[in-house]
Amino acid sequence: MKRTGAQIVWEVLTREGVEVVFGYPGGAILPTYDAMLDYPIRHVLTRHEQGAAHMADGYARASGKVGVAMATSGPGATNLVTGIATAMMDSSPIVCITGQVASSAIGSDAFQETDVTGVTLPITKHNYLVTRAEDVAPALREAFYIARSGRPGPVLVDITKDAQYTETDFEWDDSPVRLPGYRPDLRALPEEFERAAELIRSAERPLILAGHGVVMSGAMQELLAFVQKTQIPVALTLLGLGALPASHPLNLGMMGMHGEAWVNTAIQEADLLLAFGMRFDDRVTGNLATYAPKARKIHVDIDPTEINKNVKVDVGIVGDLGATLRQLLPVLPAMEHKPWINHIEELKGDSAVRDIQNMPDSGHLYAAHVIHDLWRITGGEALIVTDVGQHQMWEAQYYRHEQPRTLITSGGLGTMGFALPAAVGARFGRPQDEVWVIVGDGGFQMTQAELATCRQEDIKINIAIINNGYLGMVRQWQEFFYGRRYAATPLVNPDFVKLAEAHGLTGLRVERRDQVQEVVQQAREDPGTVVIDFRVEKEDSVYPMVPAGADLDAMIRRPNPIVETAQSGD
Amino acid sequence: MPSSNGSSPERPVPHTFVAYVEDKPGVLNRVASLFRRRAYNIESLTVGHTDQPGVSRMTIVTNVDRETARRVEANLYKLVNVLRVENVTETPSVMRDLALIKVRADAESRAQVLQVCDVFRARVVDVAPEALVVEITGTEDKIEGLLEVLRPFGILEMVRTGRVAMTRGAHTPTFNPEFVPARIPENHATLPQA
Repeated sequence: MKRTGAQIVWEVLTREGVEVVFGYPGGAILPTYDAMLDYPIRHVLTRHEQGAAHMADGYARASGKVGVAMATSGPGATNLVTGIATAMMDSSPIVCITGQVASSAIGSDAFQETDVTGVTLPITKHNYLVTRAEDVAPALREAFYIARSGRPGPVLVDITKDAQYTETDFEWDDSPVRLPGYRPDLRALPEEFERAAELIRSAERPLILAGHGVVMSGAMQELLAFVQKTQIPVALTLLGLGALPASHPLNLGMMGMHGEAWVNTAIQEADLLLAFGMRFDDRVTGNLATYAPKARKIHVDIDPTEINKNVKVDVGIVGDLGATLRQLLPVLPAMEHKPWINHIEELKGDSAVRDIQNMPDSGHLYAAHVIHDLWRITGGEALIVTDVGQHQMWEAQYYRHEQPRTLITSGGLGTMGFALPAAVGARFGRPQDEVWVIVGDGGFQMTQAELATCRQEDIKINIAIINNGYLGMVRQWQEFFYGRRYAATPLVNPDFVKLAEAHGLTGLRVERRDQVQEVVQQAREDPGTVVIDFRVEKEDSVYPMVPAGADLDAMIRRPNPIVETAQSGD
Repeated sequence: MPSSNGSSPERPVPHTFVAYVEDKPGVLNRVASLFRRRAYNIESLTVGHTDQPGVSRMTIVTNVDRETARRVEANLYKLVNVLRVENVTETPSVMRDLALIKVRADAESRAQVLQVCDVFRARVVDVAPEALVVEITGTEDKIEGLLEVLRPFGILEMVRTGRVAMTRGAHTPTFNPEFVPARIPENHATLPQA
């Protein structure tokens, strides 16, 4: 049958099971938008293309499916860049479709022409420039396949305007995609398993480091079975939270810069680290030269380039994590590590009584209170989307995640402005779940225009602004490392309640701890998107903290007593 | 002892990779961008056709240690358009560079220049009253040697192709193997004694 390239875009998206596309129209993508009206895919009009990319990312992380963003050429395409880089760093499968000037105009510096395949080359898993209508379907099919297979990631397909409006023969080809140079299904050699098993059998102080790979591989059951049989305690990365239920007795909590003190100490004392689907990011290792000095290391990752990249390992196993654990577990005996686990319990000591319980409950509102209360009120079952900064770390510390894909956050790139649009995407990925955005007052303002998207698309999310009037994490670094010289971190904010109301949404404010429960309930019962302005302690810091590049167990701890700087009710 | 982290104490040495890539627009850019992004310094990069339509062959020389060389190989494989990569650094191979050297040679010095070329088995491919163009093929060492002795005559211009490499013997890598095992050759865990 005859179809234009634009129609083929939607034919392919339909067959790939796409339910929703996040985008923003413009000149070079107009033929595709015109064709859209004849296809049953929902389109969400964003207020900025960066929002579209983050929405596709949030959708992908919430649903496990490929998210799709669409934009026009030039500025439309370049506005996607931050969102694409975010997805790349956190291995999130998205496909971005951009319009391009007509193929005859390429290279002429035409209106709204940007070399977007060149711009996005280092921040995509792969990208395509399509200049002929007959190439649209193969490029898009390959894009979806590459985005979701192996180590997932973003793929961009740039389609010239003439390729969109030209007609060609279209027959759907549902044979498996064949890319001769792309082999995502790498398998480890059998001897690697034997060496790994040998190290595990002989370890006395082993520790599992579980990361995002557990979630993306869908290996939660395998991890749980592995932990049950081997009785090896587990530390999680930020993106690994939820990979093992927070309530599991062997789940020690988060590692790294703002991880639990006993977790970081345990890593430094361990004699074996089993890194499952994590990549030894500098935020989890601290000083590499002194990292886990007593430990042998086994690293399981689907990406061979990650093995020995930051940390030299003794055994590297390349493959899908779930499949690897299924192969590894039968060759391991049931084990116990009582002395080691007891030792870690001792390390917890007083710090197991969480900081939050030491905070004065003088009516003052602390971010930790807000997040802890939110966790209790939602029964720990909400899908939380966080931005980047102090609130992100407090969420990771105080909201206990029992399920995978219940925390969506920008880990690798640390993209402020991620939360609100990502939550809009997550809303579509998981329509039944309660969605909460936890965001700082700084990051919220980066993409707050998407409030209009919430209104226009009539979607329900709850937005908790942890408002301390500062770019809090930067302020914290200035406090610790720059002699309290607060350069460009104090914020004069808009009235977030009025801002919500201006968008036709509900805005609420909380200034005292005893208001939290009631206002959160009010937000949950509101049928539309609600913004809550939580006026929290202004100069609170995230503890413990490993300074960047310091030894992992050299942590700054919370001072006692706490100095309060906010005037409550101001 | 457990393995140590951080920068490898091993010295960087030139590693030679042979890569078969799809002959598509932008592939050279993808390869070059990979080296730039990961801060691997390219000493030399050559591209040319193979006897199979649609497949090009690259020879890439980069100054890295052995572990980094493994990650260079793995990173090249991650590029969708790269079909096959071989690190031939430690495989017996023929390695060749080609140089064209325009050297000053007047009636007085021409005989001497020709004599030097003869010793190096370089060919004279152009003769003008004031200059010769000399073609030499060989290892980088050999070319450097010739340059050294020609320099006193006055080198006017030079162009070099960079290294091309081919392993010795009947073995040839297929363009497109069905499966490349995910080998991590640098694992040398000494297992604890039982």
